[in-house]
Amino acid sequence: MAVMTMRDALNDALREELARDSSVFLMGEEVAEYQGAYKVTRGLLEEFGGKRIIDSPITELGFAGLGVGAAMAGLRPIIEFMTFNFSILATDQIINSAAKMLYMSGGQFKIPIVFRGPGGSAYQVSSQHSQAIESWYAYFPGLKVVMPSTPADAKGLLKSAIRDDDPVIFIEQERMYGMKGEVPEDEDFTIPLGVADVKREGKDATIVARSLLVPTALKAAEELEKEGISCEVIDPRTIRPLDIETIIESVKKTNRVVVAEESHPFCGIGAEISAEIHERAFDYLDAPVKRVSGADVPMPYAKNLEQLAIPDVPQLIAAVKEVAYV
Amino acid sequence: MATQVVMPKLSPTMEEGQVARWLKKEGDKVSMGEPIAEIDTDKATMEMQALSAGVLRKVLIAEGESAPLGQPIAIIGEPDEDISELLKAAPAAAPAKEAVEAPAKLPESDKPPAIEKPAVEPQPSPKAEAPTDGRRANGGRMLVSPIAARMAAEAGVDLKSVQGSGPGGRIIKSDIEAAMKTPKTAADGGPKLRPLSMPKAQPGAVYGPSAYRDEPMSEMRRTIARRLVTSLGPIPHFFLTTEIEMDRAADMRQQINTLYSDAKVSINDVVIKVAAVALIQHPQVNASFQDKTVRFYEHADIGVAVATDNGLITPVVRAADVKSISDIAGEVRELAGRARARKLKPEEYTGATFSISNLGMFGIDEFTAVINPPEAAILAVGAMTEKPVVNDGDIEIHKMMRVTMSCDHRVVDGAVGAQFLQTFKQILENPLYLFLGT
Repeated sequence: MAVMTMRDALNDALREELARDSSVFLMGEEVAEYQGAYKVTRGLLEEFGGKRIIDSPITELGFAGLGVGAAMAGLRPIIEFMTFNFSILATDQIINSAAKMLYMSGGQFKIPIVFRGPGGSAYQVSSQHSQAIESWYAYFPGLKVVMPSTPADAKGLLKSAIRDDDPVIFIEQERMYGMKGEVPEDEDFTIPLGVADVKREGKDATIVARSLLVPTALKAAEELEKEGISCEVIDPRTIRPLDIETIIESVKKTNRVVVAEESHPFCGIGAEISAEIHERAFDYLDAPVKRVSGADVPMPYAKNLEQLAIPDVPQLIAAVKEVAYV
Repeated sequence: MATQVVMPKLSPTMEEGQVARWLKKEGDKVSMGEPIAEIDTDKATMEMQALSAGVLRKVLIAEGESAPLGQPIAIIGEPDEDISELLKAAPAAAPAKEAVEAPAKLPESDKPPAIEKPAVEPQPSPKAEAPTDGRRANGGRMLVSPIAARMAAEAGVDLKSVQGSGPGGRIIKSDIEAAMKTPKTAADGGPKLRPLSMPKAQPGAVYGPSAYRDEPMSEMRRTIARRLVTSLGPIPHFFLTTEIEMDRAADMRQQINTLYSDAKVSINDVVIKVAAVALIQHPQVNASFQDKTVRFYEHADIGVAVATDNGLITPVVRAADVKSISDIAGEVRELAGRARARKLKPEEYTGATFSISNLGMFGIDEFTAVINPPEAAILAVGAMTEKPVVNDGDIEIHKMMRVTMSCDHRVVDGAVGAQFLQTFKQILENPLYLFLGT
């Protein structure tokens, strides 16, 4: 095991998959010469050349569509969005072409494409550049949505995403690129899509968290442990397909749930998880499922307000205490 | 265009409805189909939806008041629309007579509609100030978390016997776990009571008849009253009997008398005190039927049946809930003495909120007593005797006492009476509860 940043773990995953399969290529804004706006693609142009690592013009809809066409023709494109905020421009290609092609062509065209890039809040980049829009993509049948929370998960999941025959939305949290963790060096290390990870075991309450909120949840669980409240932290890792069974098993054990997320509450993934729990495990609940979500406002630019808009450890502690009746 | 909102027919047998709560107040925007009030019908409390959109311009009857089907109870219109015609058309809503009659005279005087304003204004606008104590807020509904409900069903725990510790009294998992741990023997009293609510005696206070509040009777309550009276005479009685293990109560009484030989506390004095405290926990039993309202008393004034040569009389121990057992003993002794000497003043033997009749000294095991109107219940207390009791497969000897409560069904329903008796029994079986109240 090597200790590395999530940025380097993603870089390793890209490098290994580019080397493993010559049909894989990478395209996006500044991915080649500049080596990536966040340096996730560092060194790849030098190693794989301009035919495999391609700088695109600033036309999200255009290069996303190019990727879909390449996938139809048998290649395995990795399309990088500088951030997922800009993917909004490409949603027609993602939703209307990539997600539906297999179905509408009667199974003739699979679309083995990965759309990846950073998502969620960064540091003071304001409303238009701080959005967690995973629920948009998770809404549509035909797309898989992945959100890693550790360097190891990032590497294992990205490799699986590239090898997957369906379009995968792979959202990296911008604040987490520098996060360090142990990562297996085995070139065949992959993590299957659709499998949740129990990040911490506990018995009194379950916190379901993804991406940025996983470390927050673990910290809250640590604090609560000191007060004698034992929390289980579950990271679905893949938002769609969602490993609801692992969550339900945990609910059956703890009877209390907090869903933590960086995104807005309304029509969010937390709402979906909460609904699933109420449908499948109602008789096991001791309290209504509690959501802790990002503020239901455009992300403020001011630093103090930005901090208030993102769920933090005290908010999670209060929520767990609420459902545990402490 | 402004429209009248009329009392809708919300149940097949409904003839009039009572506004339990306005969900909108005057000046609030309403959209079509939006609930604007909760109406108590003879069957249930239902939401009434707006049939037009606009602004709730005028509320014609206040919360707690009733109106027959079809009577206008509110007006919806545009914010600045002239609604004087509709106000005039609104027939005298019984409780709002003055307000409505005044504008009705206006056409004769040919005054412009603006003048009616003062005539209408004096009616206090019924803001959403409905009483919101817990009982009303939950509508008497039991709140149970799903896992708690399932555990209780599997373990055979009676949810009615469990006090919920969650928000709003919700019964949660830990409550059921606690109930399951508690042995079900009589001696241990089954599920535990929460700390009793114990009003404090005001120093130097002399207690006259208890203060009370009259609550408008719900339509459902009125229907129950009407139906039961026609079926079973002026007061529809029903009877609840329970047997109580008296070992601890008898011990306590003996110890009090050992410590204070002057106290001369009888078992009946303990029964009076416990009944008074239990009444405070169950205000619905400490109540009386008042035709249009149910009267809830603040204190438990206990009538104690005393046999005299001339017949039965029930002197009243005022505010027994705040008095000590030894004070109650002294008072009963003094009142009974004067009762036998026929020296009680009328105010000393009328106006109890609950009565106790004890024929234990005559060796009666169990009997039923007749309610002393307008009280809602009377407790008939039998003799305390040692009896074999089966506990966990063993036969044990305990002091047992049977009590039967007669209830006025117009005010006290079966479950309410049973819950009161359960509390009464739990305290008597574990008199330490008397000292844990807050």
